[in-house]
Amino acid sequence: MTARRQRTLAGTAAGVALPIDRRGFLGGSAALALSASLPLALFEFAAAKEAGTFTIAHLADAHIQSVRAGEFVRNWDRGLIRAVAEINLLNPPPDFVVFGGDLANFGTRAELDHGAEILSALRPKLRCVMGECDYYLDLGEYWSRLFGPPWYSFDHKGVHFVVLNSVLTYEEWTLHRWPTAEQRMGVMATIDSPDSSPFLVGEPQRAWLASDLMTVNKRTPVVVFSHAPLQQIYRDWNFWTEDAAEVQALLAPFSNVTVIYGHVHQLQYNQIGNIAFHSVVATAYPLPYPQSRAQRQSYLPRLTIPMNRADPFFERDGTGWQFLNLTTGRADIYYNLYNNSPRNVAFDSAAGRPADTSRQGSELHTSIQSPY
Amino acid sequence: MTRGSYPWYHSPAERSVRSWLRGNGLSNIKAALWCALAWAASVMAAEAPLGLPPVPIPADNPMSDAKVALGARLFNDKRFSSTGLVSCSNCHAPDKAFTDSPLSTSIGIRNLPGTRNAPTLANAAYFKREFWDGRAASLEDQARRPFVNAVEMGLSDYTPILQIVRSDPQYVAAFRSAFALEPAAVDMLQVRQAIAAFERTLLYADSPFDRWYFGHEPNAMSESAQRGFKVFLEDGRCQSCHTIEETDALFTDNRFHNIGVGINAIRGDLLRLTPELLLAKSRGINVDKAVLADQQIAEFGRFALTETIDDLGAFKTPTLRNVAVTAPYMHDGSLATLRDVVDHYNNGGVTDPADRVSDFLSGGIRPLHLTEQQIVDLIAFMEALTSPQFAALPTASAP
Repeated sequence: MTARRQRTLAGTAAGVALPIDRRGFLGGSAALALSASLPLALFEFAAAKEAGTFTIAHLADAHIQSVRAGEFVRNWDRGLIRAVAEINLLNPPPDFVVFGGDLANFGTRAELDHGAEILSALRPKLRCVMGECDYYLDLGEYWSRLFGPPWYSFDHKGVHFVVLNSVLTYEEWTLHRWPTAEQRMGVMATIDSPDSSPFLVGEPQRAWLASDLMTVNKRTPVVVFSHAPLQQIYRDWNFWTEDAAEVQALLAPFSNVTVIYGHVHQLQYNQIGNIAFHSVVATAYPLPYPQSRAQRQSYLPRLTIPMNRADPFFERDGTGWQFLNLTTGRADIYYNLYNNSPRNVAFDSAAGRPADTSRQGSELHTSIQSPY
Repeated sequence: MTRGSYPWYHSPAERSVRSWLRGNGLSNIKAALWCALAWAASVMAAEAPLGLPPVPIPADNPMSDAKVALGARLFNDKRFSSTGLVSCSNCHAPDKAFTDSPLSTSIGIRNLPGTRNAPTLANAAYFKREFWDGRAASLEDQARRPFVNAVEMGLSDYTPILQIVRSDPQYVAAFRSAFALEPAAVDMLQVRQAIAAFERTLLYADSPFDRWYFGHEPNAMSESAQRGFKVFLEDGRCQSCHTIEETDALFTDNRFHNIGVGINAIRGDLLRLTPELLLAKSRGINVDKAVLADQQIAEFGRFALTETIDDLGAFKTPTLRNVAVTAPYMHDGSLATLRDVVDHYNNGGVTDPADRVSDFLSGGIRPLHLTEQQIVDLIAFMEALTSPQFAALPTASAP
């Protein structure tokens, strides 16, 4: 495993002095550096020497849902509000925050506006990823007015970041099959709908990606933020990217690639060739692992150690948010999970793949490949 | 449940029988007879009142009558405080169901105010962690702390206690009897163990609810309370944290939850206070003292101990046994009546419905939409949890 930098709520050696002696019990006077206490570190990118060390907070799948005019599902609201409040406590603050898609549940302006308002309380800069529940009502028009283009790239401290809209699908399905936009949205928002259609990044966006990556040094760490997995796990639930192989081929020349995706509402991680894959958990609700639906074979990565099953009484159980610590390009992800022990998944450079830092023994892996 | 994690209480009679058996090569028949008698003796000794499970006894602190009597003496001794005026029983008074009701937060040495409502010691023997924030792992661990807390008993160290228990003839005799130790060998370990042993005898159940539910007496509890039990199990969502089992009920899950009490008081200051607290901890502040002396630090709850974000503003689920006679309520005593408590939960974790819900609220707390009748019944149910020993105490159910 790469050397990991610990982030804490209180700050690091670089943290500023705080006014702490107002109370008698505190004693002393000089503010000291707090060495590694809170395991609140997130994705850590360790790779190229020129890559800086920094932290990103990531939250996703809020599914803000209108009940009626001016009223939203309380449970989903509370998940997003809590994640935002907790991310704001990180000290020093993360360099930026990524929202990984599905801010809305049915893509309406009311839902997107309400979600954007909750997200506006975040102190760090926010970058957003398009989810299918944001997209299929108006094909992303209002989302883009709020958050900007659905795919783009940027460089930060030696890492090349790419944001994709990976929730597109075939043109015939999108444009010519549904009498109303609401019906289209409803089908795509249903996880096991037989009328749904597999996610695509699509040829135009792949062409853009190819040209975007053309100017990037092959040793520069590349981090891709996507809503869909960019791999193929379970087609019935769209834990799937139909053109995953083509997208992976574009990323293949780079020595150090990490894909961070949402959509699955559960903890997954995988390694395919040079690409490490990490899912993020939802702020709204967990989804079952695909092998729980036994009709069809699923391909949950064998190295993934699943999350604990949630206690439904505690509505936040099974939900959470995460930090990414990036030092040299590899992700070290800390999952803040309510009513559960936190999970930490980091790149194991000896094994060449991500691993849970406290549960690495193969004997601890649940056999999840077979539904029987 | 802690059952099974400790060997059960063995009475002095049983222990002597066992050691005698070990030392004598008895025939199988005689051994079986003696084992049966010993078993009967141990059951008698360990018997808890109707509605409570057997008491967990740590292996390194077995019960004995001498030790319990010594613990009771220590518990009531005011000399173990800097002014000679405060004993454990000041805040855990037997005639107030082992609380200091009706105080909101406790008053300690030289009338110094604390930040926490004194929790009852009745049935504390069953808690997996002690204190509202769980900062003590056992009764033995808990017992050492108030002596040297600046706002509780005010000693600067344990020397005055050791001087007294090693020289007072009554204590010398009592420690010889309970621990077979000469005065010079007595240490705080035995002081703590004796107090804990005494506390393990404070078992209070056998309430109307217990007689109705576990004793199957159909008329032991009013019809309103019976309806209230249904609210407790269902629409009130109470049972998920205030748990009951098949044959007994502790009314606590021994876990920690942010239920929206206290944390809102520091809402506007969290961004400043949180790093301040952690930095102060890294410099070695005494958390025991800080959480009782500083009103703002107190509201962090279990987070002040664990630094785990899920514990922000979280406090231990208290038992509901004898709740009607231990007002006021919550870790800070901020709610005066059971009606106030039910209203707080009914509002979804805010006392004033117009107030903003805590961002860090437990996922188990949400608006309940109880009817007035359900609220009245639920309170009647909680009033049926009073043990006969406390039945004469005033209740705080008035709206």
